[in-house]
Amino acid sequence: MIKNSESKYKDYVADRSKYPQEEDGKAIIDLDSHKFTKIWQGPQHPGVTGNMSVELIVNGDEIVDAKTRVGYLHRGFEKLMERRRYIQCFPIVCRICVPEPDTNEYCVSAAMEELAGIEIPEKAKWLRTLNLEMSRVTSFLMWAGGQAGSLGMNTIPQWTVGMRDFWLDLFEEMTGGRVYHMYMIPGGVRKDLPEGFRDRVRAQIIQTKELLVDVERSFFNNAIVKSRLIGLGHIPKEMISEYGITGPNARACGVENDIRITNPYLKYPELELEMITGTESDAYERAKLRYRELHQSLNLISQILDKMPEGGEIQAKLPNVLHWKIPAGQTYKRAESTRGEHGFYMVSDGTKYPRRIYARGASYTHAISVLEKLACNITISDLAALMVSLHTCPPEIER
Amino acid sequence: MNLKDIITPLTVWKQAAKEPWTIKNPLTERPGADNYRGFHQNDFDKCIGCGSCEEICQNAAIDLVQVEGQESKDGNSGLRPKIDYGRCCWCALCVDICPTGALTMSNEYTWISDNPDDFRFVPGSDKTKWQNDEKGYKRDEKIALLDFDRIDMDELHPENRDKSFIEIVKGYNKEQAIKEADRCLECGLCTATCPAHMDIPAYIAAIREDDIDNAFRILYETNPLPEICGRICTHRCEDACALHHNGEALAIRWLKRYIADQIPAEKYAEVLGTKHLADDKLDQKVAIIGAGPSGLSAAYYLAIMGYQVKIFEALPHSGGMMRYGIPEYRLPYDQIDKDIDYIMSLGVEIQFNTRIGKDITIDQLHADFDSVYAGTGLHLGRSTRIQGSDHDKVYFATDLLREVALGHEIDVAKKIVVIGGGNVAMDITRTLARLQNQAYGKVDVVATSLETEDIMPADREEIVEAREEKAIIDPGWGPKEIEIKNEQLKGLHAVRCLSVFDETGSFSPKFDENQKKFFEADMIVESIGQGMDLSYISEELKVGLKFDPRGRIKVNEDFQSDLKWLFIGGDIIQGPDVIHGIANGHIAAKAIDKYLNGNKEKS
Repeated sequence: MIKNSESKYKDYVADRSKYPQEEDGKAIIDLDSHKFTKIWQGPQHPGVTGNMSVELIVNGDEIVDAKTRVGYLHRGFEKLMERRRYIQCFPIVCRICVPEPDTNEYCVSAAMEELAGIEIPEKAKWLRTLNLEMSRVTSFLMWAGGQAGSLGMNTIPQWTVGMRDFWLDLFEEMTGGRVYHMYMIPGGVRKDLPEGFRDRVRAQIIQTKELLVDVERSFFNNAIVKSRLIGLGHIPKEMISEYGITGPNARACGVENDIRITNPYLKYPELELEMITGTESDAYERAKLRYRELHQSLNLISQILDKMPEGGEIQAKLPNVLHWKIPAGQTYKRAESTRGEHGFYMVSDGTKYPRRIYARGASYTHAISVLEKLACNITISDLAALMVSLHTCPPEIER
Repeated sequence: MNLKDIITPLTVWKQAAKEPWTIKNPLTERPGADNYRGFHQNDFDKCIGCGSCEEICQNAAIDLVQVEGQESKDGNSGLRPKIDYGRCCWCALCVDICPTGALTMSNEYTWISDNPDDFRFVPGSDKTKWQNDEKGYKRDEKIALLDFDRIDMDELHPENRDKSFIEIVKGYNKEQAIKEADRCLECGLCTATCPAHMDIPAYIAAIREDDIDNAFRILYETNPLPEICGRICTHRCEDACALHHNGEALAIRWLKRYIADQIPAEKYAEVLGTKHLADDKLDQKVAIIGAGPSGLSAAYYLAIMGYQVKIFEALPHSGGMMRYGIPEYRLPYDQIDKDIDYIMSLGVEIQFNTRIGKDITIDQLHADFDSVYAGTGLHLGRSTRIQGSDHDKVYFATDLLREVALGHEIDVAKKIVVIGGGNVAMDITRTLARLQNQAYGKVDVVATSLETEDIMPADREEIVEAREEKAIIDPGWGPKEIEIKNEQLKGLHAVRCLSVFDETGSFSPKFDENQKKFFEADMIVESIGQGMDLSYISEELKVGLKFDPRGRIKVNEDFQSDLKWLFIGGDIIQGPDVIHGIANGHIAAKAIDKYLNGNKEKS
């Protein structure tokens, strides 16, 4: 951890020993004492990362106790899919996460392919890898805007979310949709790249890198950012496995955990890809790590564009999808999303419909148990920054 | 605090001077990408209303509705998709599944209206500005959610079949049948088109489930001759199949055959639950004239309703045109017997070698039976009536086919010309080719028709297989004259036929007299259609009947004639083909039941 003497969290340890303790998991706090106040951050609040809220008990502006409350976004996707044919699932799962829908599409398709014993064509693997990396870029750009915005710096979000829109333009060309791409279907992908697409992506990479120089200057080399983020939400290394923390949150404290490298899928084994890790996982370190991973994704896209062959089959032959039955079995397919391990557990019972699909998002851990733990002893004003620094995404909690 | 960290953020000031990225909508046009999944388009010329879009839509956003100006016809339900944009999620599965490629999406994405009902619309019918946009999402040629390729059918190699009458088509095995059944869209256009309205999607689903007994029961609901229909049906269902538009139609006929082939004859009664049916009969008796498809179909459905049924057949075996008109290599006699023996096992009696009008009069039948069904078929040949066609070496195809089926010797010539381009012409051509091969070791038979090859009425596979068997098909010639010298048949003079039908679709062939061709032959077979023989209907009865301009007896929708006790169906009313006969027989059986017992309480 970069120790910054100006940082208000320089000696931060989540510790609420001076406040009333918990009994049976519930804090015994006497609101009538007027020492504590209960307030809600969310569900409609610019400082939450989506449709959830955090129930806070504060002492002055210091958070004593935080509880994540969900229930605003339950769409029942997992249950819906039990009433859908296999081919009808991909338009549903992408809606689990708006900023990064493609990981869902990939996992659910890959799970079906594994259960049905379908091998997808090489070109489809390349296109899927490209799609996933592009979605990582858009997700990181949105996070960058959120992280700056949570500190009240409203210029950087204008830049990065604007830049993200140019990436969405590319998605629109490639997949036919800007936000929900519905591009990966069981057996492969739906379209090959349009003409001249690779050059447009390369130009976009340059433009993005140019912008990121300014983001670095104004964000990472910024006294205010440093003073507020360094030390904030520090995750000790022993918390990682105890809480099941994955993704940049875990890598920031030196845990080598990137599914693209440890359990490679699609075309990742053929790409030059280094594990990016930090030393101490606090909000600033995590931000820096994400910034490096954003560059890593841009470089991966360049590599993919260079290595991906022209032409070729994009979809394996499927049986008639109206009667498609998958042999009984179960599987868990996972991929590295920008927030961590994203996975789908799927059970088939040999009928036309999946028996059970369970979506596992990293935010289930990060936005509930981890956030509740780390929110202790920080000020209300920093809660939003903490939430974004964990890259929480409520739709992953409520599918 | 580090001074650098205070100054560095200020170095990005130049961003302030940059052009903004936002666009001025609507001043600046921003069309969707070429591939954008925007609002739907539907090409009504291609759409067949199969409902696959409705079936696949995971949001239930699509309903098939009636649209003004779109009529229901064979292979086209006349319904069109109506899309509810309150439900649609723009996943374009409907576009990807559309078997005809009619449904697409434009790249248009803005639509403003203050009326919520506007957003439930029928693309292609309601006028939209994007209906004819070329850009937008179309199904990629490289992806297919449906299987457009038929599972190949094993057949005897031409060299192994051109001398014998062994059945050519070997039939599907279980694995092939399930795979083929998997291609079905379950749209039901086939059911609507089939004259017997067989529940095709249901029995194909039963094949997929490998529940053959159930499939077999479904067949018998509407068709008591599945072994026969599974081989030689004219399969209008396949012409209507939705897969037919961008690929090969589902092999519905072969699948039906597969089902019937799986059930051995001795298990029929058990599977169909008719073991004790013959024990308990009603008092009423029905006579049926002709043991062809329509007569047998009527007999089956009357028998399971409990009537005493007796069929009178002029020829020594049952089956009618199925036995005496269709060569054995397409429909083996043991398969005919399998279907018919089961019908007879239900208590149906057949009196062979009895010609109504000669051996027994129809009035006698009227006196002895409560009702009479006539399905006597088209057994008379039709002549071209060109000069020389009365020569004794000029034959009718129907007569020759009957002789072959009866096992009689035919005086096969070395050089034969067949006039006609229908399936019967192909049947006689291929039969004669076999007989020539047996007699002389080589084939010299030419089939010529008025129609050019693209509009020849014969099935495509018949033409291909005839050629494989070394018969020559030379279409597009109109017969002019049969040359006879010294009472010896020399051949057929023909002229090029330019068109067969006029603008109104009536038969009115036009010829180019300058393009001539001479087909050398010492035997000519005419196969240009068949006629009916109604001589069994006495003059007194004819007074009570009505006839249409083509000489057919007029019947109502229940195939009941103006003489209430006389029902008529089959080729002499509709068709000609087996499935119409079966359908007519079934409807007439129900009508006879209504006529005889309509007012009685049924238990």
